[in-house]
Amino acid sequence: MSEILATNRPLPAKPASGHASGDKRFKILEVHIKKLQFKQDALIEVLHKAQELFGYLEDDVLLFVSHHLKLPPSRVYGVATFYHFFTLKPQGEHTCVVCMGTACYVKGADKVVAAIEKFAKIKSGETTANNKLSLLTARCIGACGIAPAVTYDGQVAAKQSPEDALAKVKSWMEA
Amino acid sequence: MQIEDLNAIAEKHIGSRKKIIVRTCMSAGCMSSRADAIKKNLETAVKEQGLDAEVEVRRVGCMGFCGQGPLVGIDGVKEKEILFEHIKPEDANAIIASLKGVESNLEIGDPDHPFFAKQTKIVRANGGIIDPEKIEDYIAIGGYEALHNALTEMQPAQVVEEVTKSGLRGRGGAGFPTGLKWGTVAKSPGAKKYIICNGDEGDPGAFMDRSVLESDPHLVLEGMAIAAYAVGADQGFLYVRAEYPLAISRLQIAIKQAKALGLLGAGIFETPFNFNVDIRIGAGAFVCGEETALMMSVEGKRGTPRPRPPFPAESGLFGCPTLINNVESFANITAIIKKGGDWYASIGTEKSKGTKVFALTGKINNTGLIEVPMGIPLRQIVEEMGGGAPDGRKIKSVQTGGPSGGCIPAEFLDTPVDFESLAKLGSIMGSGGMVVMDDTTNMVEIAKFYMEFCKDESCGKCIPCRAGTAQMENLLNKIIARQATQRDLAKLEELCDMVKNTSLCGLGQTAPNPVLSTLKYFRNEYEELLQPDKFGPAATATK
Repeated sequence: MSEILATNRPLPAKPASGHASGDKRFKILEVHIKKLQFKQDALIEVLHKAQELFGYLEDDVLLFVSHHLKLPPSRVYGVATFYHFFTLKPQGEHTCVVCMGTACYVKGADKVVAAIEKFAKIKSGETTANNKLSLLTARCIGACGIAPAVTYDGQVAAKQSPEDALAKVKSWMEA
Repeated sequence: MQIEDLNAIAEKHIGSRKKIIVRTCMSAGCMSSRADAIKKNLETAVKEQGLDAEVEVRRVGCMGFCGQGPLVGIDGVKEKEILFEHIKPEDANAIIASLKGVESNLEIGDPDHPFFAKQTKIVRANGGIIDPEKIEDYIAIGGYEALHNALTEMQPAQVVEEVTKSGLRGRGGAGFPTGLKWGTVAKSPGAKKYIICNGDEGDPGAFMDRSVLESDPHLVLEGMAIAAYAVGADQGFLYVRAEYPLAISRLQIAIKQAKALGLLGAGIFETPFNFNVDIRIGAGAFVCGEETALMMSVEGKRGTPRPRPPFPAESGLFGCPTLINNVESFANITAIIKKGGDWYASIGTEKSKGTKVFALTGKINNTGLIEVPMGIPLRQIVEEMGGGAPDGRKIKSVQTGGPSGGCIPAEFLDTPVDFESLAKLGSIMGSGGMVVMDDTTNMVEIAKFYMEFCKDESCGKCIPCRAGTAQMENLLNKIIARQATQRDLAKLEELCDMVKNTSLCGLGQTAPNPVLSTLKYFRNEYEELLQPDKFGPAATATK
């Protein structure tokens, strides 16, 4: 139903190509959408690409996706907020993702999180005021054999103690 | 592509092999300990020591013994493989020098260790042996032969029958007979049918599917293609978690290679059979492991489940009949087609056939992936293969099935591991996570950990799950804070019962399991935290 409504409704005039701001990343996103043949069921793939390009999904990006896939903005927003992987807030310069899967948890991942929270004075899911560090927790990154695992800027590190994690985070904060 | 071409590729590839093969584990676990640098250094060392002509350094998938990683295995020197453990990039020269007989003080593992010796490998047979990014490696060990046999020598109904005969049950957790599911989809009317491979391995503490996808992507693709032939589908979707970037990239490579050789696409093996596979990347929602939610997600929508019937076999993806199986289920198919359903059925127990891959983790000496025949006693897994708890601690319980499963206390360690026996103990087989807990683990905290997980992951569509998990978590927090009474515990049990019986999908229906099983076996740990009830019978009696 929503698709029918969306396709019949006159769409707001969109720029012929790219985005009004002239930001090149929109152009790249558009090419990607074209490659996926403007398929509406590729929404999640498109959002993945958008987040990869922009780092997070701001309103403008969501609207751009909505126009190009001819989907109502509510549907795009709904999907973007449903899945944990998508973030609508900008991330800090560095991200530290502590795996909180069961194996990591029983081996003390909660202590790693607590140590970083105490040091950086943020809660999991937040970014420090100086925008240097975002602390996140993951459900399970599937690296249970090397628990507890922590991902620093996309690099998985094995068997992390609270001290290891603090050393890494401190080096970022002081840089 | 015809069978002769396939054999030619295999022969050419085998012919080009060198005498000694140095296998470097390049799976996510070992990669985190710089396995890529190890491989690079090994290659340089081979060149520098002038062994180019006889030594080949090969990238391989997961070898299984993740806790001892990074691992390097060497074939062709001794009768058995030599396994180096805990390797660092700077050890590369010493490893290569050891091929010439130079002694080193590197840590060498025992290939006869019970961790390896007690395994029966079907799904993981090629893991740690072949290069997952080279289709030739897979073809050289007989890959895609099963697909050829199915397409040219068997009718679709015969394929379904073979799978039914094998007694294979879904490896995603519920254990639904795979043959029956295939038969239903095959019989469903409809010109368009779909195959979905569920690689949304969401259970925390489980990484079997990741390892299979990273180590042997073609095995899953071939299994999917055979399934598609059996049920009459021409389009497949592989749904993989975004948390597994390495698996996604290896699958993309595998699909590209298979297409280039005509093993996927139109007219496979010059038969009228067409099959394409697209990858769908998840975005971090545990509920998407549930089949109806997964289909919503493949359609690019919010992953919320819907009531069944209609079952996906009748009306699934885009309203068409859809076959959904787990990664491990598909990975079993080639072996069943090659060796026959009867062979497969000879492994395991009466009702649970074949093998199962488990991710053995937690407070245990040997962590990693194991593939064991169904029916093996739990004690053999944790004590002999796993080597017991570290630091001389005692094993308290084994958690199976993740947030949908339960904790099996140490006194039941002699239970055979099969679908029925685990269910009898109030746990489930689940997808294969096995987290060992020692006597320092607080079971109420574990129950709370899982409840918090389910609360966060509840999609919010049905109220028992959405509100019930939140209330149960509150009660567990109250108990842990030593502010709860017997009344709260009774309330918790009542809520468990309600959420279990009235939730829409598997997530809610199984969310109370960790609480129920810990209450069943470790009730004293809850009761120790309770406070006397001011208004209850105990309080009035003292007046």
